[in-house]
Amino acid sequence: MLFYLFAALAVLSGAYMVLTRNLLYAGFSLLVTLLSIAGIYVLLYADFVAVTQLMVYVGGVLVLILFGIMLSSRVQDKSVRSESVNKIWGTLVAGLVGVGLCYTILKANISSLPWLLAAETDVLGWQKSTVQMIGIKLMTDVVVPFEVVSLLLLIALMGAAYIATDKQEL
Amino acid sequence: MLAFLLTLMLLLGIVIVLAYAERKVAAFMQDRMGPTEAGPYGSLQAVLDVLKLLQKEDIVPAAADKKLFKLAPILIFAAVFAGFAVIPFAPSIVPAGIGIGVFYLLAIISLDVVGLLMAGWGSNNKYAMLGAMRSVAQIVSYEIPAGLAILSAVMICQSLDFQEISYQQGALMNQFPGMEYDMNWLFGIRELGINTTTIGGITTWNIFRAPMLLVAFVIYFIASLAESNRAPFDIPEAESELVAGFHVEYSGFRFAVLFLAEYSMMVLVSLVAVVLFLGSWNTPLPNIGPVSLAYWTTGTVGELSGILWGVFWLLSKTFVLLFLQLQVRWTYPRLRVDQLMHLCWKVLTPIALGVVLLAGLWRLLMI
Repeated sequence: MLFYLFAALAVLSGAYMVLTRNLLYAGFSLLVTLLSIAGIYVLLYADFVAVTQLMVYVGGVLVLILFGIMLSSRVQDKSVRSESVNKIWGTLVAGLVGVGLCYTILKANISSLPWLLAAETDVLGWQKSTVQMIGIKLMTDVVVPFEVVSLLLLIALMGAAYIATDKQEL
Repeated sequence: MLAFLLTLMLLLGIVIVLAYAERKVAAFMQDRMGPTEAGPYGSLQAVLDVLKLLQKEDIVPAAADKKLFKLAPILIFAAVFAGFAVIPFAPSIVPAGIGIGVFYLLAIISLDVVGLLMAGWGSNNKYAMLGAMRSVAQIVSYEIPAGLAILSAVMICQSLDFQEISYQQGALMNQFPGMEYDMNWLFGIRELGINTTTIGGITTWNIFRAPMLLVAFVIYFIASLAESNRAPFDIPEAESELVAGFHVEYSGFRFAVLFLAEYSMMVLVSLVAVVLFLGSWNTPLPNIGPVSLAYWTTGTVGELSGILWGVFWLLSKTFVLLFLQLQVRWTYPRLRVDQLMHLCWKVLTPIALGVVLLAGLWRLLMI
């Protein structure tokens, strides 16, 4: 029941975000989308992913987007408008992706997937959250991708600092 | 549902007391009387203020973005109030004891920022807009030292669950499922050989069993002042430049909600500081030989005595911190924007990083 509520919210706000002409409203409906997706994650026993979603996307990315929208228009203006371009290509690509997804979903024999059969049982067991498991995995099986990602973020950070520096002194 | 109502009632009570205390402490710091007319020593002043606010006309500016303007106070208060869901009030009382409470709290607080932007934009007022921008920039920046300070406490406790962190800081530690055989040592150093597991009291508080957390606590306290837009970090609401900041257009009930959210934020950050660093609902009195002060002032877990003692200690420590917040407001002048950013990025963040490193090393001594 809760799942359908969150799913409907996510779909409706996502559609509103795409269709509205007002960029700021689009930003705020993105907030609703992200929140309902976080709710779906919680229902899937992925509490850590849900909170990370809130932390990174709502606390970081969304605030940055809103800041960008607000700073790029004067306060006296009504609001920033978005234009729709590439209507044909957009519909075509979206339609193809939709057909592809439908095909894959129909092809997959969902009712016999092993992890779905196991989902009825108590996934977490004695643990209270998935954090311990994620931590162990990050330090053992996937330690190289983890370190590579952190290196990438560091490079991005240095790049941002370089772009932001005042170059007149150089 | 019951937890929701109880927490809301408790919060409203605390905020009313706090609003009264704000005026009385301000008066005390400035050597004047403060409110004296309403009730004994003016103690009904805050209640009257709330009644007055509720009677006022609710004005929505004609040029405002009405939907955003009306939605913003709800979003701001909801974000702050959602944070209270994971705070343990007593050994057996926590509204929602989820395993990643600390992380959840940090994430849900950041929703507040979106609400502030919404209020500032929706008001369609340049002062409101400037106030919201400043406020968001400040909150986003100070989340980093605050988060690092919290991280160092989490590293010492090895848990993201507020209730587990609370149990670790007292004589009841072995009653928590999963920690039956854990031990606390004096200053957290096993080599000293002084077992404080059953002594409890202040010797097992986080700032005592890992002394570098005292630095983390100070960093967290400063950052939390900035996050709740309190003086000396109140440039988002600087009355002399911005009239009132992001809530300049709000009146009546909507202003009351924003006011409530702001004071709830103060209460929430103080509660988090108490839970993470100052022993949560544990008593400060240790067991000394046969005089088991800690057990006497803790009560029995799950019974009324345990609940009352837990709530009493938690709230009294919180009120000490809140008093400190009020006192700081009338002690330090407001910081300039560049000073604010200098303090955040060049002073607090490096120290906090150092404390995180030290906390990781200290944990090795504790096991």
